[in-house]
Amino acid sequence: MELNLLTICYLIGSITFIIGLKMLSNPATARRGNLIAAAGMAIAIIGTIFLYQSEGQKLHNYGWIFGGLLIGGIIGTLAAKKVKMTAMPEMVSMFNGMGGACAALISLVEFNHLSKEMAKGIVTAGAEQPTVLIIVLGLIIGSVSFAGSMIAWGKLNGTVKDFSFAGQNILNLLILAVTLATGAYLVYSPIHPQLLYIILVLALLYGVFFVMPIGGADMPVVISLLNSFTGVAAACGGFLYDNKVMLTGGILVGAAGTLLTILMCKAMNRSLMNVLIGSFGVNKNAATHGGSGEQGQIKEISVSDAAMVMNYANKVMVVPGYGLAVAQAQHVCHELEKILEEKGVELKYAIHPVAGRMPGHMNVLLAEADVPYEKLLEMEEANEEFKTCDVVLVLGANDVVNPAAKNDPSSPIYGMPILEVELAKTVIVNKRSMKPGYAGIENSLFFQPKTSMLFGDAKKVLQDLCAEVKML
Amino acid sequence: MHNLLNWVSANQQIIYIVILMIFVGIEVIGRVPSVLHTPLMSGANAIHGVVIIGAIIVMGKAEPDNYLALVLGFLAVIVGTLNVVGGFVVTDRMLEMFRKKK
Repeated sequence: MELNLLTICYLIGSITFIIGLKMLSNPATARRGNLIAAAGMAIAIIGTIFLYQSEGQKLHNYGWIFGGLLIGGIIGTLAAKKVKMTAMPEMVSMFNGMGGACAALISLVEFNHLSKEMAKGIVTAGAEQPTVLIIVLGLIIGSVSFAGSMIAWGKLNGTVKDFSFAGQNILNLLILAVTLATGAYLVYSPIHPQLLYIILVLALLYGVFFVMPIGGADMPVVISLLNSFTGVAAACGGFLYDNKVMLTGGILVGAAGTLLTILMCKAMNRSLMNVLIGSFGVNKNAATHGGSGEQGQIKEISVSDAAMVMNYANKVMVVPGYGLAVAQAQHVCHELEKILEEKGVELKYAIHPVAGRMPGHMNVLLAEADVPYEKLLEMEEANEEFKTCDVVLVLGANDVVNPAAKNDPSSPIYGMPILEVELAKTVIVNKRSMKPGYAGIENSLFFQPKTSMLFGDAKKVLQDLCAEVKML
Repeated sequence: MHNLLNWVSANQQIIYIVILMIFVGIEVIGRVPSVLHTPLMSGANAIHGVVIIGAIIVMGKAEPDNYLALVLGFLAVIVGTLNVVGGFVVTDRMLEMFRKKK
C-alpha cells in the first residue's frame, strides 16, 4: 500500500516536471509552471521521506534528514530572496553547483557501501559492474558540474579572472582522458576503492580547467551546459535507486538543458564548439591590437548638451546593456522615460537578446522598474525603427552594438546579430570609460562622426539627465 | 560484456524512459522565446534538484555508526535542498518581474 502510494507520488512528480517545463517556455504561463514543478517536487520529497522502503526497511535518521532539509531550505530561501537582480545569474550557477555536489556525494557514499559489501563477500565484484559504472559516472559528471559552476559563479561576481595559457585545451583533454580511463579501470576491477578519490580529484580539476579559459560573456552558455550535466548526474541517481522521478527529472533537464544551450549559442550566432574552445580568449589580443590603430578620435558630449538633444528629438531609442544593470539604474531610466514623454518625446527600448549577462536580463531588469511591456522592442523590430530615430541612447551596452559583428570578418564576434544603432541620426553612448566590453574588443561605433560619448556611471548620468531635461 | 547485456535487458524499462524523456525534453522547450532563456534555465536547474531524493535515501539508509555515510549524506541533503529551494525561489522572483508588465 505505502509503496504504491509512493509510486503515485513519483508519477505526479514526473508529470509536473514535464508540464512545468512546458509552461516555463511560454511567457503567459511561466510563473505558474514554476510553481507546479515546485509542488510536484515537494510531493516527491515528502513521499520519499515517509513512504520509501529499502529491502523492506523504512528510512531512519529522520533527525539528520529534517536537519539537512531545514538548513538547506533556510539558506536557499534567504540567498534567493536577498540576491540582487544583477546577481541572479551567478546565483543560478551556485545552486547548479550544489546539485552537482549532491550527486557526487551520493556516489561517494554508495560506492563506500558497495565496496564494504564486496569485502564481506555479500556481492561479487563482477555482478556489480553496471552499478559501479553508474556510480562512477554520477561522480564524474557531478564533480565537473560542481567545480565548473563554482568557477562560473566566481567569474560572474568578479572574484575569478579569465585565465588561459598555451596548450590549455590539450591539457584539458588529457585530464578528461585520464579521468575517464581511471573510471573505466575502476569499473573493470572495483577492488581498488581508493581510486574513487583520485577520480573525484581529477573530475574537480577538469571542471575548473574546463570553465577557466572561457570568457565571462559566455558564462550563461556554460552555466546552461553545466545545468544539463547536473541533470544527467541526477539521472544517474535514478538508475542507482531505480527511482523513476529522479530518472525522468534528470534526463528531462539534461535534454532540455542541452537544447537550451544550443539555442543560447544560436542567439549569439555562434556554435557551441566555438564557445567551449574559447576563441574569445585566443583572439582577444590580436583583435584589440589590430583594431585600435586606425580608429581616430572620439567625441565627448556634456550632460546638458545630451539633455538638449534628447529634449528636442521626436523619437529616442534606449539601448540598455550590462552597465545599466551594474549601476542599478533601471528606475532612473524609467523616470527619464516619463519626463521625456511628458515633453512629447517618443521613447522606446531596443532589447538585444543577449544584452547583459544572460538572455532576457534586460527585460527582467526593466520590468522591475515598471517599464511597460509594449515599450520593449526585440532586435528585429528595433532594427526596423532605428532609421526613424533622432537619438539613440546606449546605456552601458557595447558588444551588442559593435558594427564589427557585421563588417569585420576577423572580429571574434563576427556574425553575431547586432542592434544597428548607427542607422539613427545621432548616437549617444554612456559608458564608464573607453575600456572594451566583455568580449574584449574595440568598438568602431564610438569613433563614428555621429556618435558622442557621455562618460560616467549610468545611474549618475541618468539622474543628471533627468534634472537637466526637467529644467529645459 | 555479458554482464552489461544482462543489465540492459533487466533494465529495459529504464532505458525506454531515458530515450522517451530525451525527446520530451527537447520537444517541450523547442519554441521558447529568447527572453525566457534565463528563467527557463533557472527552472530546469531547480528541477534537477530532484537529486535530493537520492540524498534523502542515502541519509535514511546510513547505519548510525557509519560516520562517513552520515556526514556525507547530511552534506548531500543540505546542498540538494539548496538546489531545490533556492532554484525555485530564484525562478519565481525572476518571473515575478515579468508578470508586473501587465
